[in-house]
Amino acid sequence: MEKFTDDDVIVCRCEDVTLGQIREVIRRGYTDPEEIKRITRAGMGPCQGKTCRDIIIREVARITGKRIDEIPVPTYRPPSKPIKVGLLAEESD
Amino acid sequence: MDFKRTADVVVIGGGVVGCSVAYNLAKRGCKNVVVLEKSYITSGSTGRCGAGIRAQWGTEMNCKFGIASIEIFEHLEEELGLPIGLHQGGYLVIAYKESEFDQLKKNVALQNSLGIKSKVISADEAKEIVPILNVDGAVGFTFHDRDGHGDPFLTTFAYAEAARRLGVEIFTYTEVKDIIVEGGKVKGVITDRGGISTPVVVNCAGPWSKEVAAMAGISIPTYSERHEALITEPVNRISEPMLISFTGNFYIQQRPHGSFIMGYGPEEHEETHRVNSTWVFLEEMARKLSNLLPPTRDLRVVRQWAGSYNMTPDAQPIVGGVEEIEGYYMAVGFSGHGFMFSPITGVLMSQLVLSEELDLPIDMLSYKRFERGELIVEPAVV
Repeated sequence: MEKFTDDDVIVCRCEDVTLGQIREVIRRGYTDPEEIKRITRAGMGPCQGKTCRDIIIREVARITGKRIDEIPVPTYRPPSKPIKVGLLAEESD
Repeated sequence: MDFKRTADVVVIGGGVVGCSVAYNLAKRGCKNVVVLEKSYITSGSTGRCGAGIRAQWGTEMNCKFGIASIEIFEHLEEELGLPIGLHQGGYLVIAYKESEFDQLKKNVALQNSLGIKSKVISADEAKEIVPILNVDGAVGFTFHDRDGHGDPFLTTFAYAEAARRLGVEIFTYTEVKDIIVEGGKVKGVITDRGGISTPVVVNCAGPWSKEVAAMAGISIPTYSERHEALITEPVNRISEPMLISFTGNFYIQQRPHGSFIMGYGPEEHEETHRVNSTWVFLEEMARKLSNLLPPTRDLRVVRQWAGSYNMTPDAQPIVGGVEEIEGYYMAVGFSGHGFMFSPITGVLMSQLVLSEELDLPIDMLSYKRFERGELIVEPAVV
């Protein structure tokens, strides 16, 4: 049986991004969570990073040696929960 | 990374245009190129853009920039060695007014004369391309199969990484505060991390083009306009091309990943750097989408955002040097089309800076055209 490492752990369940992928882009020089979000799509799915955002910031801190409060935090954008197009369209009728 | 004190070229702006310019300079052998970005890579207009790529334009210059860029996009992954998320499903342009359709037919004739194989198509043909399309109210359609969309993030990161491999140094969270000009020549830039001596500065500052031009004492009539966009949850592919209409005022596309991305132009054209989102946009965009592609009523909107179109008075960019200052160049004012024009812009700007022969003549894109009243107004903008 293949050994399971924490690289295989899925950190962004919306976009299927693993911890290994996050570590790979950090090694390539993407140490800003804003850039990590945009290159891996982690945090761009329906939950908008409610799980992965903190994990990614913690991983950047661990690898770069920066303090958590020194690391920029990506913006949460509206809507806070996904809304159906039909419902929005009816609202505007 | 130690901060630089001297450079051969300083590129201001870490968006797709700045990264393309820096990459192309290094590719042509220019050493010691520095990119300065006041936030993160793609933080300005690039990372907020609608991702479209097209050659269906209404002016010769934009057609040439569009098709030349498509030709580069088609081989860019090989060239840069990284994915760029290109999807060539065409642009399906929808006219809702006879006068608009007449203009689109003229555009197609112009495009065809420049080797762009766009065509006028019927409602039935449009329905063949997008079976779920509601064609009610539409009076005509045009289509070009090499148009499409790409991933602005991946493309910019690909340019940036390829540039770094060639020795370009990119400093993020580094803001340019001033540009030093002496005796009509660029001497250097002042940043919040110190000064850099350089004989060449390229203004690729997107939304802040006017402010960065003013640092060198150059006045340009660009201004930033807020444009909103939204993205849905991903679903199986149901719409291949980019759908766009100038009177309908929308663009709607399904990315390879399955999400729909869309936007429309603002009614008020106030000058602003604001990039906040509005509820009005969310409702109006949902109404446009569900009318055009009725099955999308069951799709959920995941996120909305806004970004800046850096506009010029004729919606065509300013690309070139300036008469007053040796060593000062601009690639700005793309009016919402910087991503799709970035490949050829990087090539042309690098050729200009290095005094090489240009692939396309760009005299018409001089900032002096506004003073001279030689505007080349683009009719096809959302």
